[in-house]
Amino acid sequence: MEDDAPVIYGLEFQARALTAQTAETDAIRFLVGTQSLKFENQIHIIDFDDENNIINKNVLLHHAGEIWHISASPADKGVLTTCYNKTSESRVLTCAAVWRMPPEWESGSHESPDDSSNSPQTLELLCHLDNTAHGNTACVLWEPMGDGKRVISLADSHVVLWDLQESSTKATISSSATLEGKGQLKFTSGKWSPHHNCTQLATANDMAIRGWDLRSMSQIYCIENAHGQLVRDLDFNPNKQYYLASCGDDCKVKFWDVRHINEPVKTLEEHSHWVWSVRYNHSHDQLLLTASSDSRVILSNMVSISSEPFGHLVDDDDLSDSEETHHEEKSKEPLQDSIIATYEEHEDSVYAVEWSSADPWLFASLSYDGRLVINRVPRALKYRILL
Amino acid sequence: MEAESGSSSPGRKRRLLRLYYSAAPEPQQEEQPDPCDINGAQFDPELYLNKLRKECSLNELMDQESCMVRQIRSLDSDMQTLVYENYNKFISATDTIRKMKNDFKKMEDEMDCLSTNMAAITEFSARISGTLQDQHAQITKLSGVHTLLRKLQFLFELPARLNKCLELQAYAQAVSSHCRARCVLQQYSHMPSFRGIQDDCHAIMERLAQQLRQKFRDGGTSAKELSECVELLLQLDEPAEELCDKFLSHAQTRLEADLQGLEAELRDSAPIDTDILEFIDRGCNEFVSNLCLVIASYQELFVNRPQEGELLLVFVDTLAARYFSLVERRIQEEKGVGDNSLLVRALDRFHRRLQAVSKLLPGSAVPSQGTEIVIQAARERIKQYLSALQSFYLDSLTDVRQALAAPRGPPGKEAPPSLPDLLTSLSNSILNQIKSVLASVHLFTAKDITFSSKPYFKGEFCSQGVREGLVVSFIKFICQSSRQFCESAGDRGGSTPPVLLLLLSRLCLDFETSTISYILTLTDEQFLVQHHSPVTAVTALCAEAREAAQKLLNHYVKVQGLIISQMLRKSVETRDWVNTIEPRNVRAVMKRVVEDTTSIDVQVGLLYEEGVRKAHSSDSSKRTFSVYSSSRQQIRYAPSYTPSAPMDTNLLSNIHKLFSERIDIFSPVEFNKVSVLTGIIKISLKTFLECVRLRTFGRYGLQQIQVDCHYLQMYLWRFVSDENLVHFLLDEIVGSAAHRCLDPSPMEQSVIEVICERG
Repeated sequence: MEDDAPVIYGLEFQARALTAQTAETDAIRFLVGTQSLKFENQIHIIDFDDENNIINKNVLLHHAGEIWHISASPADKGVLTTCYNKTSESRVLTCAAVWRMPPEWESGSHESPDDSSNSPQTLELLCHLDNTAHGNTACVLWEPMGDGKRVISLADSHVVLWDLQESSTKATISSSATLEGKGQLKFTSGKWSPHHNCTQLATANDMAIRGWDLRSMSQIYCIENAHGQLVRDLDFNPNKQYYLASCGDDCKVKFWDVRHINEPVKTLEEHSHWVWSVRYNHSHDQLLLTASSDSRVILSNMVSISSEPFGHLVDDDDLSDSEETHHEEKSKEPLQDSIIATYEEHEDSVYAVEWSSADPWLFASLSYDGRLVINRVPRALKYRILL
Repeated sequence: MEAESGSSSPGRKRRLLRLYYSAAPEPQQEEQPDPCDINGAQFDPELYLNKLRKECSLNELMDQESCMVRQIRSLDSDMQTLVYENYNKFISATDTIRKMKNDFKKMEDEMDCLSTNMAAITEFSARISGTLQDQHAQITKLSGVHTLLRKLQFLFELPARLNKCLELQAYAQAVSSHCRARCVLQQYSHMPSFRGIQDDCHAIMERLAQQLRQKFRDGGTSAKELSECVELLLQLDEPAEELCDKFLSHAQTRLEADLQGLEAELRDSAPIDTDILEFIDRGCNEFVSNLCLVIASYQELFVNRPQEGELLLVFVDTLAARYFSLVERRIQEEKGVGDNSLLVRALDRFHRRLQAVSKLLPGSAVPSQGTEIVIQAARERIKQYLSALQSFYLDSLTDVRQALAAPRGPPGKEAPPSLPDLLTSLSNSILNQIKSVLASVHLFTAKDITFSSKPYFKGEFCSQGVREGLVVSFIKFICQSSRQFCESAGDRGGSTPPVLLLLLSRLCLDFETSTISYILTLTDEQFLVQHHSPVTAVTALCAEAREAAQKLLNHYVKVQGLIISQMLRKSVETRDWVNTIEPRNVRAVMKRVVEDTTSIDVQVGLLYEEGVRKAHSSDSSKRTFSVYSSSRQQIRYAPSYTPSAPMDTNLLSNIHKLFSERIDIFSPVEFNKVSVLTGIIKISLKTFLECVRLRTFGRYGLQQIQVDCHYLQMYLWRFVSDENLVHFLLDEIVGSAAHRCLDPSPMEQSVIEVICERG
């Protein structure tokens, strides 16, 4: 069973921002935002043709500035948010805005994909998540599986919950909270929990991970010193409501049960430099991707703490009614926690990695030099999990 | 003939014999005898002459002739002398024979005279014995009557005598007298007079037996008296089994008294004032010796009663079991590991005394149980020594920690204990401690200790006990505790000082290279370990030590790298790079980085060797600097001014990356200074790079980064194994800064140099 070779796509600019087009469940589609101070920034729409192993790209211009974070609406394929740097005379401010892709982008470029003279289209601004009072926006989070009406932005030390109205052309602050503490506290990233009716949020600042209740906008837990150094990213287990993965500058990936925050459930130390991104597979939560500035992407199989632990760990407080539990698998010998593959196609730091929203066995990773690599889960493992 | 049998075995034997008897064998005889050999038996004068005539010149012939004449002459004179000598000897022999003939004649006469005298003596003797015949018979009869009378008198006096003995308590005499008379009295009991005596005697003996039993029952008497008592009673036909029981129960009460004495000593000696040797001594002298006495006398008394032998075994076993439990309790209280000799001597004595029991009572389990106790004590001892070693190690680590934490004193950098001194003193003290423990444990196997010849002490004790349980466990403990330093400190932010990590890593490495094999060889030699059971191989231990050393060193690199990274990160994150002023100086933090790196370099240099670095020219900083800054760097961001070719920068940097190797940042380091420093610098610079990429720079921000990088370039290359690595990373930093710059106009190279040299 030969695995397909990775597909590589090169951008002209440096890039950090990558997301899957969350609302799209048929086509494998990723959005990449570029970072360039000198040229017009772009959003690349990368379509991957699974059968022919071909990439189709479309470029949309993003005039506002270099893109630090990008996030696609879970409800509307055409809507996305970006966090971008706005440079005025002597000030750099990171702002956030909601955009709509021009409806005709698909038809416009398909006719002559290689024709660079074809002038790219521009994103249509829906609204600013106006935040000058709050400071630099680190990221914008859509409500998971929501109707695309609610977003959270993390700006410096503020959590701001927005309501998007009038088909997203107007954003109003519905509530906000502020991180209290000594010194200048700044959120580095966050994640909106898909569990508990989407009422919880987890954020990372410095070495701590905090949980928030969005109804009261108050902190519900705080893992101080979650990592030895800065926490870079976190992700919720899609099937186990209390489980959370985090990564950081101590080269480690840690798994937490937020009910017992004194000790991590498990720790991985496979990367040789900072880990910038960690992602659970949406369907099979034992599969975990991590991206690091050692230019590697690692796919791990964390069976023992997944919702499908087979056999001995079945009774582990699995409160979430996971539809994924395959009973027939319990008879098979359990897979061990292991590294499945290390992907070394990148030559610069990899800052982002994302699973496809359409194909659970496919993912993309993006390195700073603008190289996007699309890879698949090895077939042997895929069949092992499915059968 | 010799030649024929030369190869056969008798011939060889003869030859060997000849070799043995005469120093000079005749080698010629081995071959065909040479007829030309003038000394040989087969000499043929004709042949010889012909040969000479054929082979020799006239002169040689003449010489030969004169030589031969000389030889013949000397042979003649020799022969003459021999003849004369023999003649003289012959004459003296004739004289001697004549003299002997005369002497023999005289002797013959004297022998005749002797035989006549002997005949006369025989005759006289016969006559005397004939006359004395009658009187002899009479005397015999008289003496018979005399003895009979004596016996009768003894019988008549017997009652009185027995009474007297009874009064004097001379029981033994009484019993022996009675025994002598008993048969006679029995035989003649039909006669009234004898009957009277017998009755009297019986009555008296009855009383005597009564008294003896009384005495026996009282029990206060010594073991010896007791056994005497039993002996007498046995002679008086007392039932043996009853006596057995009684004897044993008496013995038991007395032995139990001994045991209670020991127990009391155990109980009330909360602060142990009597040492273990005294305790064992007391146990041996009182209990064991009494036990031996009991066994001996029992066996003597009840010698041919096998079923009572069983009884004795049970008796001995139960008492011994109690004794052993006491001894065990006492041994368990022996916790101090200071002086092992006392314990060993005590155990030796304990064991030695029990050998006596085994001699007396071969079937008893007592000695083997005793050995078991000794073995148990030895095992316990090894465990105690192990924990003592472990706590010693932890204590010395604490000492080292304190020495390291001690204030460095006045600015003079040499604080009293330098790192190498600390290392040697630490490793020496560990080694000495191990040696002294080995010496202590070695007492168990000393030759003069009785139990050292037991199979346990010869085999298992040495291999499983000392080697595995003590030495190997201790080394493993060291490695394990070292590893714990890495794991625990990882999350909670360096609770262990980095210097200690460095020191320990060197210690583990030294262990790997020499100490472990030295210690194990020492152990094997001292204890003559025969590896019956599988033991941990030296290589496995060494590998473990090496792994620990590697882990410690990696961790050291990580910790030190993080400290410097933290400085760099703070410096990048807290500054407003867009609105910074034109650089005039190298930033202080860079100087600090170089200073720290230098001091780390010194620190590591104290413990680790230099290591190899890739060759570089004598003026490396200058040369590479120009390359790095003017050519490569200019190319890299010069094209970015021209909007027409946005691809070029990336293309160039990608091409560049294609040819440079991937750099693993937190990768394992080698055991040398250069590698350690390379690791630290890699971590620091990579952090610098990542932080720069997250910021946006103004024109002067970029220039400041240029200045800083140049400064680092000037100083850091000398620490690393491959200076290209530093170049590459610094290149990346400046390149990234240029990319992130709003107004990328780089500073003039000459200006940078001036600023750096001034700083």
